[in-house]
Amino acid sequence: MNATAAAAEPLVLGIETSCDETGVGIVRGTRLLANEVASSMEEHVRFGGVIPEIAARAHLEAFTPTLRKALATAGVQLQEVDAIAVTAGPGLAGALMVGLSSAKGLALATGKPLYGINHLVAHVAVGLLGGGDPGAPGPEESGGTAVSGSTASTASPALPGQWSRAKTGAGTRCSEPVETGESRRRSQASPSIGALLVSGGHTEILRVGSLTDDVELLGATIDDAAGEAYDKTARLLGLGYPGGPKIDAAAGEGDPTAFAFPRGLTRPKFEGTAENPGKHRHNWSFSGLKTAVARAVEQFQLAGLEVPVADIAASFQEAVVDVLTSKAVRACQEHGLNTLLLGGGVAANSRLRGLLAERCAAAGIELTVPPIPLCTDNGAMVAALGAQLVASGARASSLAIPADSSLPVHRISL
Amino acid sequence: MLLLSIDSSAGASAALTGDGEPLSSWQTEQTTSHAEVLAPAVHQLISEASVTGEELGGVVVGAGPGPFTGLRVGLALAHALAEAWDKPLYGVCSLDSLALRATDAGIAGEFLVTTDARRREVYWARYESDDVGSRLIEGPFVGPAAELPALPAVGSGVQLYPQDLSVPELLPDAAAWLPDAAELGRLAHGAVTGELTGVLCPPLPLYLRGSDAKVPQQMLKGAAS
Repeated sequence: MNATAAAAEPLVLGIETSCDETGVGIVRGTRLLANEVASSMEEHVRFGGVIPEIAARAHLEAFTPTLRKALATAGVQLQEVDAIAVTAGPGLAGALMVGLSSAKGLALATGKPLYGINHLVAHVAVGLLGGGDPGAPGPEESGGTAVSGSTASTASPALPGQWSRAKTGAGTRCSEPVETGESRRRSQASPSIGALLVSGGHTEILRVGSLTDDVELLGATIDDAAGEAYDKTARLLGLGYPGGPKIDAAAGEGDPTAFAFPRGLTRPKFEGTAENPGKHRHNWSFSGLKTAVARAVEQFQLAGLEVPVADIAASFQEAVVDVLTSKAVRACQEHGLNTLLLGGGVAANSRLRGLLAERCAAAGIELTVPPIPLCTDNGAMVAALGAQLVASGARASSLAIPADSSLPVHRISL
Repeated sequence: MLLLSIDSSAGASAALTGDGEPLSSWQTEQTTSHAEVLAPAVHQLISEASVTGEELGGVVVGAGPGPFTGLRVGLALAHALAEAWDKPLYGVCSLDSLALRATDAGIAGEFLVTTDARRREVYWARYESDDVGSRLIEGPFVGPAAELPALPAVGSGVQLYPQDLSVPELLPDAAAWLPDAAELGRLAHGAVTGELTGVLCPPLPLYLRGSDAKVPQQMLKGAAS
């Protein structure tokens, strides 16, 4: 941690309402003080997916109670916070507007600066929080922080920006990354990390040079998000919602090689080569997979046979996880990224964590997975990014900022 | 008593009232920019009046009915302001604003207040004004203008459905009326001081419609199997 960030440990309240979780979190610098989440998930179960209007209604009802809980947990008064951070996008427009309008009200009433921030970058910033390493692994780290050093698995990655890089030998573990000219220039200026974000709404691989001013989209799904594919497949198989845990559980009993489901966008014409990459080298597609599962289910139904749910679930999961991890690891290698952070709700998936850990280890990439409550949507991640922006002297947002449902990842704040 | 009032049920508006009298106000007829314009307008209103949260007796919010997304913007803002200032939050049905305006203008007997509910429908309520005072008879409801009681009507529903609704002769311009926060502030003041009854409602949105979500076929099958 450099001197500026150590001197300025802003107390920031973060608000998240981009999907079905109403989150209010409070951090001081990189220390997590509160992370309260109210979810409307139960109300969406019978629909097999998030209904935007139901989510937006629930946010309005849940906001004030969640705010009160977060302040009580953190033991702080609203007047004490240095800034209010809120997800301005991407996400569901009607849902975003509830959090944004609430945040504006708090900022206006308290006279505190407002930071409208990018939800995806917040998923990366959350890696700074929690565990016994509040992000300053250097010897200058003073003791006595509130979070005790007990959860080694949640150690913060060497996130760029305000962080010292303890892993100076990282390059030796990486098998000759193929660098483009651009990535080489950038990595010389500021070593970057990769971030793989996988949820019901997102599937992206990012290069993060600095949380406050250098985030680049390397690849993303061109159709369904991976979590959405899980939900749709779970519906097809009659497993219920949310699809991730249901399919993960069913897959445990099945044979992942029983069906050869497609890995989208892996043909040479899409992928090209490292030197001459195709248009979709680092992109994913899951809509073809979903169709393939539907065809497989239909064949059994038409033949009057019992649908082999476990085998289909296992084979589907393997197809998703295989293509997610192989493309993510390759994107890291080809951009010289030695550290990968996994975020988003699908980070809870056991097979994704397992295979990604395996493949990262083989490629000499250090994998970081924040604790699951910080991987799913929450307000603490918003506060964490807000604190970085405050500490870096970033300009505060105007009270007139809109909710931007398709906010691009390089726009870190509005 | 100083009140800050906010309404985003049709256009959007904000007002400061002192003992029910308007001190300053802001309004827009725009219906799609509440999330951007309302907070800066409130900020400007209280800054220019040099009013602090400490001095307010409470926050008043129009509970609708109104199109969902815009309505929630005003409610979320009002909830957050009241919470941060630690002041009471009062809800008032937004249609009451136009009923008050019609009563002030001297309307007599029963009449309707109508606003745009989109999807070829109006939000509406039936009011009555006589020598004793004025009151809500029934509502608020949502429905097609053609199915409303045959009574003179005020509010933008008349502008949208002139074949079904008409303004009272007394109020030729009432078809353009939109709810206004200053009137909600006046009503809330009357209610808080005990001069008016039946005005305050919970500061929660009057949606009057469900979420429109449909359970997919596959989920029905899944539930059955």
